[in-house]
Amino acid sequence: MNTSLQDLGVSTGDVFLEISYLVAAVLFVIGLKLMSHPESARKGNFWAAGGMGLAMITTLLLHRGDDGSLISLNNGIIIVVAIIFGSILGTIIARRIKMTAMPQLVSFFNATGGAASALVALMEYSNPNNTSALVTLLGLVIGAIAFSGSMIAYGKLDGKIGDIFAGWVKYFNMVLMVITIALIYFMLAYDLDASTQSALAYALLAIALIYGIMFVMPIGGADMPVVISLLNSLTGIAAAMAGFIYHNQAMILGGIFVGSAGSILTILMTKAMNRSLLNVIIGSFGGGGAAADKEHGNIKEITLSDASVLLSYSQTVVIVPGYGLAVAQAQYACNDLVKLLEDKGVDVKFAIHPVAGRMPGHMNVLLAEADVPYTKLVEMDTINPSLPNTDVTIVIGANDVVNPAALDDPSSPIYGMPIINAHESKNIIVMKRGMGKGYAGIENFLFFNDKTRMLFGNAKDSIQALVNEIKQL
Amino acid sequence: MEDFLVYFYQNKEAIFIITLSIFLGVEVISNVPSVLHTPLMSGANAISGVIIIGGIILLGHSSLEGISLNLILGVFAVILGTLNVVGGFVVTDRMLEMFKKKKKN
Repeated sequence: MNTSLQDLGVSTGDVFLEISYLVAAVLFVIGLKLMSHPESARKGNFWAAGGMGLAMITTLLLHRGDDGSLISLNNGIIIVVAIIFGSILGTIIARRIKMTAMPQLVSFFNATGGAASALVALMEYSNPNNTSALVTLLGLVIGAIAFSGSMIAYGKLDGKIGDIFAGWVKYFNMVLMVITIALIYFMLAYDLDASTQSALAYALLAIALIYGIMFVMPIGGADMPVVISLLNSLTGIAAAMAGFIYHNQAMILGGIFVGSAGSILTILMTKAMNRSLLNVIIGSFGGGGAAADKEHGNIKEITLSDASVLLSYSQTVVIVPGYGLAVAQAQYACNDLVKLLEDKGVDVKFAIHPVAGRMPGHMNVLLAEADVPYTKLVEMDTINPSLPNTDVTIVIGANDVVNPAALDDPSSPIYGMPIINAHESKNIIVMKRGMGKGYAGIENFLFFNDKTRMLFGNAKDSIQALVNEIKQL
Repeated sequence: MEDFLVYFYQNKEAIFIITLSIFLGVEVISNVPSVLHTPLMSGANAISGVIIIGGIILLGHSSLEGISLNLILGVFAVILGTLNVVGGFVVTDRMLEMFKKKKKN
């Protein structure tokens, strides 16, 4: 006996919808997989976007509600208008943003995703046909935390919001967490009438929003990449919760897939900084400590002409770029310097620390924008063994990632963090605006090293002056 | 305890997918060079906008008789979800385009 679709109570459209979700889910996975190699990355992004587009269109055309009806024309028009509006706005923002502001933008887009998840969960909670109250409430809480947390992260990265380091925040957050869990338990365990339920859902939303704010507030700027990645995975999980409500496998797979990928990325990042996730969330970077009392030695400056001679007659030069380079918009000047030196037969490479910039891989994007070939960008572990044979290492706007205190000073807050061993090379030139401390607020003994010479000034101006000087040689 | 068992059995397909997706995410990401971490985060972020499907379902089946709070929130959910998806993919493409360009040189 063959079973017909009618026996199953489904239409051809229902089956096609599920097939399209399967295709979309596969495209997400293939897309993200392709994105793990520079050559195929763009194609991967395209496939993932295609999967999303497909799922959106088939949902609009084929999805049937609880009463078995398709999405009506009027509802469809409202949806399409909302999507067009969102698309135009999203495209404009994405096209206009400066590459240095990328971390803020990722935070912002993550916030919108979290907000959408929280809204969907909020409305589904009052739907009598929804049988998964626990998952709905979790989606509400996680989505709201991802939203408000990401907005705070956005504000901090954009310099609009400062840090608060008050000790009470930790306890306040614990109390909020307990209230949240108690409230969820209460809402699940007792039969409440509709109005109480809805009031409690809003209360839960409010508490989760406050929790998100207070959770990100005390986290220092240097740890922001970790937080963005964490919030990113939260948004994925919130989306998966909504998928659970709708029994929608594409949403579950997409959400959890991103959630788990984000978690792994978070862990990779905390490893690169040699800190645990708990340490990032609870502790915050303090300044100074015992190390500050140590004998400093002297700072030696270098003139432009000395620097240009030194560089021109070197065989190997390694550039260690930091966020300071991007802030000064010196990537382009830097690329000019590289080309000029290469014409003179100097081998030039960039040493990229895993947490250089404001998020992992941010420095690569910034240099790629200035046309530096990605084959010139060498990761920390690969470049470190060759540094003792390097003639000159130029540190531009980087600080903590070349601080030898991470290797030999157990009292330093960054002790144990893997660094680029710039101090091992034969000569070191440090380009810096002034003697300010790095993001972590720690003294850097590299600057006092006998082999180190400082070139003070705006990185862009210094590099351009250096380029002109070398041209005249 | 029995509640938990019932819950597991009723949702076993979803729980299977969730569990396997976790491993999938770990596998796919673990081998990515740090060069691509930023675009990857941004791309993954765009995929997490899959909540847009939920927004479409919700808004698609909500009543249009009068302007209800649900309708307004639904419109917001779809707009915000689209922002996440479209903005995320566009900006990721913009970043990756720069990596691609270098190949010709």
